[in-house]
Amino acid sequence: MSDITLGQTPASTAPRSAPPVAATGAMAWARANLFNSWLSTAVTLLLAYLIIRYSISFVEWAFFNAIWQVPVVNGQAQTAACREIKGVGACWAVITEKHRFILFGTYPYDEHWRPLLVCFLFVGLYVISAMRRFWNWRLVPIWVGTLTLIGILMWGGLFGLSYVPQERWGGLPITLILSTFGLAFAFPLAILVALGRRSKLPAIKMLCILYVELIRGVPLISLLFMASVMFPLFLPEGMNIDKLLRAQIAITLFAGAYLAEVVRGGLQALSRGQYEAADALGLSYWHKTGFIILPQALRLVIPPLVNTFIGFFKDTSLVLIIGIFDLLTAGKTAIVEPAWQGFGVEVYITVGLIYLVFCFAMSKYSQDLERDLNQHRRR
Amino acid sequence: MGETIEATAHIASAMRADAPPAIVLENVNKWFGALHVLREVNLQVATGERVVVCGPSGSGKSTLIRCINRLEVHQQGRISVDGIELTDDLRSLDAIRREVGMVFQSFNLFPHLTILENCTLAPIWVRRMPKKEAEELAMEYLTRVRIPEQAKKYPGQLSGGQQQRVAIARALCMKPKIMLFDEPTSALDPEMIKEVLDTMVMLAATGMTMICVTHEMGFARQVADRVVFMDRGEIVESGEPEALFNDPKTDRLRLFLSQILRGH
Repeated sequence: MSDITLGQTPASTAPRSAPPVAATGAMAWARANLFNSWLSTAVTLLLAYLIIRYSISFVEWAFFNAIWQVPVVNGQAQTAACREIKGVGACWAVITEKHRFILFGTYPYDEHWRPLLVCFLFVGLYVISAMRRFWNWRLVPIWVGTLTLIGILMWGGLFGLSYVPQERWGGLPITLILSTFGLAFAFPLAILVALGRRSKLPAIKMLCILYVELIRGVPLISLLFMASVMFPLFLPEGMNIDKLLRAQIAITLFAGAYLAEVVRGGLQALSRGQYEAADALGLSYWHKTGFIILPQALRLVIPPLVNTFIGFFKDTSLVLIIGIFDLLTAGKTAIVEPAWQGFGVEVYITVGLIYLVFCFAMSKYSQDLERDLNQHRRR
Repeated sequence: MGETIEATAHIASAMRADAPPAIVLENVNKWFGALHVLREVNLQVATGERVVVCGPSGSGKSTLIRCINRLEVHQQGRISVDGIELTDDLRSLDAIRREVGMVFQSFNLFPHLTILENCTLAPIWVRRMPKKEAEELAMEYLTRVRIPEQAKKYPGQLSGGQQQRVAIARALCMKPKIMLFDEPTSALDPEMIKEVLDTMVMLAATGMTMICVTHEMGFARQVADRVVFMDRGEIVESGEPEALFNDPKTDRLRLFLSQILRGH
């Protein structure tokens, strides 16, 4: 509101002065921030010593002293060499030997190309969905098509693919399935619930409040237990819903409640004037919501939204307690075998890195999205 | 309250008495909780008439015009706009909001849409106008408020005066029969008030029916057919601007005018 230019104002007569010489450069920065007093110099030196020391020992452990492969005799890995250097060098041989089990669990070994393809399909789906050029109605058939294809690949029984029961699925595809399907359903659900909580209709409002408060008031683990143990009791005799699907529903409902509160925060941040302006123009409720309210509300809550997404992606690992083999559980199971017992660190580092790649990608993308979508707020 | 002039006095319009009334308010009452914000308000606005509503803050003038397009719901009495009575019926509400444009004190442009999109959204989705036609119409009105070159910018990149002119263009793109202005210049820096008032004067010259809540007495003198003075939720006096300002009948108006003049 202040960018009016006063063209006729005579040039100021005060002498122009240059801004103070800024201290720039790495040296100046270091002097100002790291060595500006004897205390900070001491802290800097101490921390530098600790960081360098532990980095060196980590690099030695992870790379120089590491064992990448061990001989296999009669299908038994000979891990004596690994045990000798335990604590001094990493035994990456456990990953070399077990990576397929960690990634795909107990899925039939000869069919591993199918879950591998599924993982690539998921990543492709994420990449396409992330590009704003594809943000139109075509995304819907792309999602439906890809998810169907993923289902066919995982289950098989069609097009000459052998049937693989759900109990044998495991590893990364499970994590991706749970989080992708979970978010794909939880997010629209959350938007409806958030809108419902602000509805003028008391029945809808109560229902939405009840849903959020009930689900939020219960730990995810107890929801998963309920889904796996209690829920089948209510089903008629002989009817059986897939365990993965039940866990999926529990996770979706759980995420939906949290996301709904995030979305509601965005709705509440909008000024009443925006609603009134849309009303005054005669826009219907859904036009107003779709074109004016949600686009602004969702932009405002990108950081907490992605925060919830990331937390939720990692929360899928809780399905281990009801016996579903997600990535983390598969990793844990891979080292049950006597030969590999005691090499948990290497496996957990690897699994952690896989989680990190996905979560960091989400985080980075959200930062870009936030910057791009909020351009209108910059002057 | 004894000095309130008879309600019927406000009904007869000074101008265009032959035209059918665009807006009729009969015995309208409204409360915010226990606060009686509109008391037995009677007002008739003829088609093509320009009415300025003034009064001290909290007098109910904004509430009055917000009742006309039902941003506020009146609790007693009857309001009809363009021959349609305002009820809970959603269809009649849609019909009225299509015909009544509104300009707000705080502009209320949609910050995430460009100026052009702000102007075309409602014509496309409410009037079902083809996009190209809506854009041409929007450019026409943006030209008329003298900011066509800003069409691709976002509201945040414009000055307050420019934003308010966009808001006027946005309302006009719906081709309303009636325009409501709720203190359109109160949030503006002094140097931008004129550009907005000029736009409104230009609009008045086209014969648009207008109700304008404002403290700009110069504008009232120049444009208004009638000035309505409100205080504490009721219409205290109304009449042609010169008569009203030069010869106030009530102490309340006299006090208000003296305060306004002192303020300027």
